[in-house]
Amino acid sequence: MELVLVNLIDGLVTGLLLFMLSAGLTLIFSMMGVLNFAHASFYMLGAYFAFQISLALGFWMGLLIAPIIVGVLGAGVERYGLRRVHQYGHVPELIFTFGLALLIEELVQFLWGKNQMAYNIPDVLNFTAFAIAGNSIPAYKIFMIFISVAIFIGLLYVLTRTRVGMIIQAALNYPKTVEALGHNVPLIFMGVFGVGTALAGVAGVIAGPVLGTFPGMAFVLGSIVFVTIVIGGLGSLWGALVASLLIGWITTFAKSYNLAMSDVLNAIGIATPENLADNVFRDLWTVTSPQIADILPYILMVLILIFRPYGLLGNRDA
Amino acid sequence: MSDTAKTTASPQRAGAMSLTLGPWIVAALLLLVLPFIFDNNSSITIMNQMWITVIFALAYNMLLGQGGMLSFGHAVYMGMGGFLCMHVMNYVEDFGIALPLPVLPLFGGLFGMGFAMLIGAISTSGAGTRFAMISLGVGELVAACSVIIVAFFGGEEGISGDRTYGLPFFGIEFLKQIEVYYLISFWLMLSAALMYLFSRTPVGRMANAVRDNPERAQFLGYSSRWVRFYSFMASGFFCGIAGGLFAINYEILTEENLNTSSSGIILLVTFLGGVGFFFGPIIGAIAFTLLQTVLSLKTELWAFYAGALFLATVMYFPGGLAGLIMMHVPAFKFRNAGKLVMPYVKTLIPGLITVLGIAALVEMIFHYRHASVGDDEMTIFWTTFDSHSVVPWVIVTVITAIASYITKTTAPDLKEAWGDANTPPTTGGDA
Repeated sequence: MELVLVNLIDGLVTGLLLFMLSAGLTLIFSMMGVLNFAHASFYMLGAYFAFQISLALGFWMGLLIAPIIVGVLGAGVERYGLRRVHQYGHVPELIFTFGLALLIEELVQFLWGKNQMAYNIPDVLNFTAFAIAGNSIPAYKIFMIFISVAIFIGLLYVLTRTRVGMIIQAALNYPKTVEALGHNVPLIFMGVFGVGTALAGVAGVIAGPVLGTFPGMAFVLGSIVFVTIVIGGLGSLWGALVASLLIGWITTFAKSYNLAMSDVLNAIGIATPENLADNVFRDLWTVTSPQIADILPYILMVLILIFRPYGLLGNRDA
Repeated sequence: MSDTAKTTASPQRAGAMSLTLGPWIVAALLLLVLPFIFDNNSSITIMNQMWITVIFALAYNMLLGQGGMLSFGHAVYMGMGGFLCMHVMNYVEDFGIALPLPVLPLFGGLFGMGFAMLIGAISTSGAGTRFAMISLGVGELVAACSVIIVAFFGGEEGISGDRTYGLPFFGIEFLKQIEVYYLISFWLMLSAALMYLFSRTPVGRMANAVRDNPERAQFLGYSSRWVRFYSFMASGFFCGIAGGLFAINYEILTEENLNTSSSGIILLVTFLGGVGFFFGPIIGAIAFTLLQTVLSLKTELWAFYAGALFLATVMYFPGGLAGLIMMHVPAFKFRNAGKLVMPYVKTLIPGLITVLGIAALVEMIFHYRHASVGDDEMTIFWTTFDSHSVVPWVIVTVITAIASYITKTTAPDLKEAWGDANTPPTTGGDA
C-alpha cells in the first residue's frame, strides 16, 4: 500500500512535468493550428541555458533567467521563421518546426558536446523531505510539484480572469474579429509562442538536474508531449492536464509493478502453450509491463485516435 | 525534358495522359553507363544506397506530394518489407527453395503493402494532424516492438542473411557489388515507371484532387478516404520494395531501419528535392546521399549543415531543388536564359564564398571548443593553421564580411535581371 503512495507521487512529478510542456504546446496549437515539433527542443535549451548560468550565478538565477532567454528565442522563431513559412500552408509549417528540432539538437551538440552536463540539484534542496515506509521522497520532487502547480494556477488565472487572457482567448478563436477591434493579433501570437516556449524552458530548468542534461533529452520527451496533447484533445488546457497526469501515472505504475503478459493471459483463462520456446508468439508471452511502459502512451494515443479522434476533452470540430 | 516537366509540373491540370519516353531512356542509359565511369567499389556502394533512397523517397512522395499526407513513421513500411525479405532469404537458404534473388523485393513490397493496408484502414480517414499523429504513434510502436518481439525483428542486433545462397540467376550469383548494382537499377527503373504511371491513373489524379480539396472531391462522388487508402497502399508497396533491396544490398536489418530518425530523414530528403514534382525526390535523394557520404568524411558537423540547409529550403524555397530548377523554365522558353548568366555569376560566387566562410568559422569554433588540449592545429580548405591564434580568425571573418557585402550589393541586379528574363519578348513568342 505504501508503494502505491510513492508511485502516486512519482507519477505526479512526471505528469506535472509533462503538463508544463504540453500546456504551452496546446496553446500554440490552438493559435496556429500546427503542432510545434521543436517544443521539446526549447525544453532542452532551457536546461542547457540554466546549466550555463548556474555555473556563474547559481541555480536560482538560472531558474529566473533561462526561461526568459528561451521565451525570447521562441518569440524570435515565430516572428522571423514561422510567420514567413505560414504563407505556404500547414504542412511546410509542420516541416519547419521538425527541421528546427533537428537543427537545435545539432546546435546543442555543437556548443556543448555529446556528453551529459554536470547540472545538479542545488544544495538547498538536496535532502530527503520525508519517507514513506522506507522509501525516501527527495525535497526536489516536492519543489517540482510546487513549481508546476503554481505555474498551472498562474496560467489559469491569467487566461480566465485577466483582460489580457480574455483577449488571448478571443484571438485564438476569432483572430479576424479581434483584429477588427483594434488589437495587434500578430503581436499576441508572438507573445503566446514566446510564453509557451518559456514554459517549456522552465520545465527544462527544473527537469535538467533529475532527468539529465544531454543532447537526446528533447528526443526522449518530444514525441510523448505530442501524444499527451493528442490524448487530451488538441487545444484543450484541461485535457492536457488530465492526459499528462494519466500518462505520468500509467508509465510509473507499469514500471514499478512487474506484471507479466503470461499472468494476464492465464488470469483470463488462456493457458500457456506447452513448449513455449518453439511457439510463434513466444515473445508476446514473455512480455512484461516494465518492458512496454514507454510505449503504453503510444498505444493509448492510437486507441484514442480510433475511438475518440478529438481527444478526451477536445472539441469535436477542432 | 521540358515536356515531362510540363506534364508533371502542374498538378492542377488534369488530363495529359500522353507520356514522353525521352527522359526515361536517358535515365536508363545513365544507370547502365554510370558504373563504367565511377568503377571503384566505394562509388558503386554509394550509388546502391542512392538508388534505394530514390525508390523510398519517390514512394514517400506519393503520400506527401501527391496525396498531401504527412507521415512521420514511414520507415516502418520499408523496414517491414526489408525484415520479411531477410526472413525469406534465410528460409530459401535453409530449405533450398528455387527462388531467384531478383524477385525477392516483390515479397517485401507485398508485405509492406499488407502492413500499410492494416494501418491505412484506421489512419486514412483524415489527412491532417490526425494522420500525422497516427503515423508517429505507429512508428514509435513498431520501433519499440522491434526490441521486444525478438522472433521477427531479432532484438537489438537485428537479423542478417546471405544473398548468395539462393539459386543463381542465369549464372549470376550476386557475389559482386556490381551485380547488385544492376539488380537495384532494374528495380529502380521498374518502380519509378510504375509510380509515375500510378500518378497518371484516375486514382493518382484523384489523390491530387483530394489533397487540394477533399470536400469538393467528395461532392463529385469520390470517397476521399478510399482515395487516400489506395495511395497509402501503393506507397507501402514501393516502400517494401525499397526495403527488400536494402536487405539484399546490406544483408542486415536492425531497429535503426524502423525508427523515427529514419522516418525523419526520408521526409528531409523528399522535401529537399521538392514535393511538387515527380522527379523532385530523385534529386533530393541523390543530393542528400552525396551530402551524407561526402560531407561526413570531411566534417563531424555534417548533420548540422544538413539541418541548416533543410531549414533554409523550407523558409526560402518551399518548392525544393526541383522547384528551383523549374523556376528557370520560363526564362528558357522566352530564350532569355542568357541574360541571367552574368548576374548569377556576380551574385552566386560571392554568395558561395560567404557560405563557405561561415562554415569555416563554424568549424573553427567547433575545433576551438572541442579539440583535445594541445591540439591547436586544424586543417580546413587545404590550409593548415593554428586555431588558437588570432590571425586566421581575422582573415576568415574579413573574407566572409567582404563576400557577404558583395552579395548584398549585387543581389538587386540579379533580381532585376530575373524579372527581365521572365518577361515575355514583345515581338512574337509563344507566351
